[in-house]
Amino acid sequence: MQVPILKQGAYLIATVQSALTDEDLKQLRDTLVLQVSKVRARGVIVDVTALDVIDSFATRTLRDVAYMIRLRGAETVIVGIQPEVAFSMVKLGLTLEGVATSLDLEEGLAYLDRKAKAHEREVRAHR
Amino acid sequence: MRVPIDCDSDVVAARQKGRELASQCGFPSTDMAVVATAISELARNIVRYAVRGEIILRLVQNNGKRGIEVVAADDGPGIPDVGLAMQDGYSTSGGLGLGLPGTRRLMDDFEITSDFGKGTKVTVRRWRR
Amino acid sequence: MSGSQDVATVTQARLETTASRLRELVAHLRHQRAQLREEWARLITEAKLLTAMTKEEIFAEATSVYDNYVEALETGTYEALQAYARNLSERIIPRGVETHEVVGIVLLLRDVLARSLFATYHEDFNKLNRILDAYEPAANRIAATVAVGFVQERERIIREQQEAIRELSTPVLQVRERLLILPIIGVIDPQRARQLTEQLLRGIRTNRAKVVVLDITGVPYIDSPVANHLVQTVEAARLLGATVIVTGLSPEIAQTLVNIGVDLGKMNTVGDLQGGIEEAERLLGYKVVLMQESVAQSA
Repeated sequence: MQVPILKQGAYLIATVQSALTDEDLKQLRDTLVLQVSKVRARGVIVDVTALDVIDSFATRTLRDVAYMIRLRGAETVIVGIQPEVAFSMVKLGLTLEGVATSLDLEEGLAYLDRKAKAHEREVRAHR
Repeated sequence: MRVPIDCDSDVVAARQKGRELASQCGFPSTDMAVVATAISELARNIVRYAVRGEIILRLVQNNGKRGIEVVAADDGPGIPDVGLAMQDGYSTSGGLGLGLPGTRRLMDDFEITSDFGKGTKVTVRRWRR
Repeated sequence: MSGSQDVATVTQARLETTASRLRELVAHLRHQRAQLREEWARLITEAKLLTAMTKEEIFAEATSVYDNYVEALETGTYEALQAYARNLSERIIPRGVETHEVVGIVLLLRDVLARSLFATYHEDFNKLNRILDAYEPAANRIAATVAVGFVQERERIIREQQEAIRELSTPVLQVRERLLILPIIGVIDPQRARQLTEQLLRGIRTNRAKVVVLDITGVPYIDSPVANHLVQTVEAARLLGATVIVTGLSPEIAQTLVNIGVDLGKMNTVGDLQGGIEEAERLLGYKVVLMQESVAQSA
């Protein structure tokens, strides 16, 4: 199952549409990391609203995506984790530490905008 | 209900079956996600360590309580040190090492038997409240 | 071979005589219905049972119980009596009838009927004994059926009430756009903890909340499983993109959290509810100013 990745302005938006196998997840990770550099994206949103299970492998892969993208100078935010999925994740011992999360796509975009503005202010201050 | 497990996509199929069964049993959606997540962890362990095995799902009853039982069985290499495998953060595959201890936290009952060289059987249950 | 046949025949014969005695007993009770029923209703009033009910009501229920009682004796099946007991309980529990009253009236009926048997058969002691042999087990089973039916109905009502109280016990209040407050009062048991988590996580999604203030000023203590559960709830809320601020932690609860090894640096805690709301407003970008001040500023 391919995950469509959409470019919107300086951001990439990956919308998961159905359950993903481990192989699909790895492919999503590799594609996103590649695309971020290629289009010089400033931020990435991974929308997981459609996922009814996020297990240890999925969590690790999402965390790796965020870390690798940060190393390339961009921000990642995971949006749309369902309440019961979040509950199972923390029971399992998974908290996606160090990774930004937002309620939905709209909130995710607002988060990336805030981050971008803060970044601009910092850059201007250094000039 | 038996679900044979020998590749990635079987993991997804097994947890979807588990979710359906939990829904039939009248579990609330929180518990459906819990059961599906546990199945995902157990099925992945089979693919990763034993190559093939099966997940057996059934409805169970005890003292008027209804629940769902998940058995993950394989005839793979077995676990040399079950105590170690049950510790958070212990992994031989480079994973997060949360599979077995995390599954135990998710479910109400947890039993594991592993014969080194002969295979592993994990039985877990979740009861309706 | 022939021995076991004998046993079978004897058992068969005994069953038949028990049945014929029960038939005789039932005929007797039907015949004496008016008198025994009145006697029973009188004893109920005298023993000050069912005080929540009027005399007429007691008589009406006594009639139904009596008829159901005799029918159970006759048919040897208890389903109808069970259904009646449940129905009766449903009607009288809301009026404050207690378990001891229900047990009391069935035992009274048992005694009234037994006395009438004594009066009828006192001249033939052997026959009286045989009739009692048939009567007693059936009467005991009837008493148990009615009492258990009442207790089960009570338990069902209590369960329903508990459910309703639990739902009321974790209100989710929206005070501003994107800001929820959950004031928790009373002891949190594991079931309430689960419910709290579900309401909080669902509340975040339906209200699109960004900040939740969880006020536990009214919680006297929590044990470590519940403390763990609270911490997990805070983490799960973060996965949905919301921040939870915990306010009103008593020193005891703070101690419990430290004992189970909670990293308090990861938990957002503020002393009291007011401070928590101020912190929440700051996180949401609100600034509260006095009207006069704002007028002065714009002038």
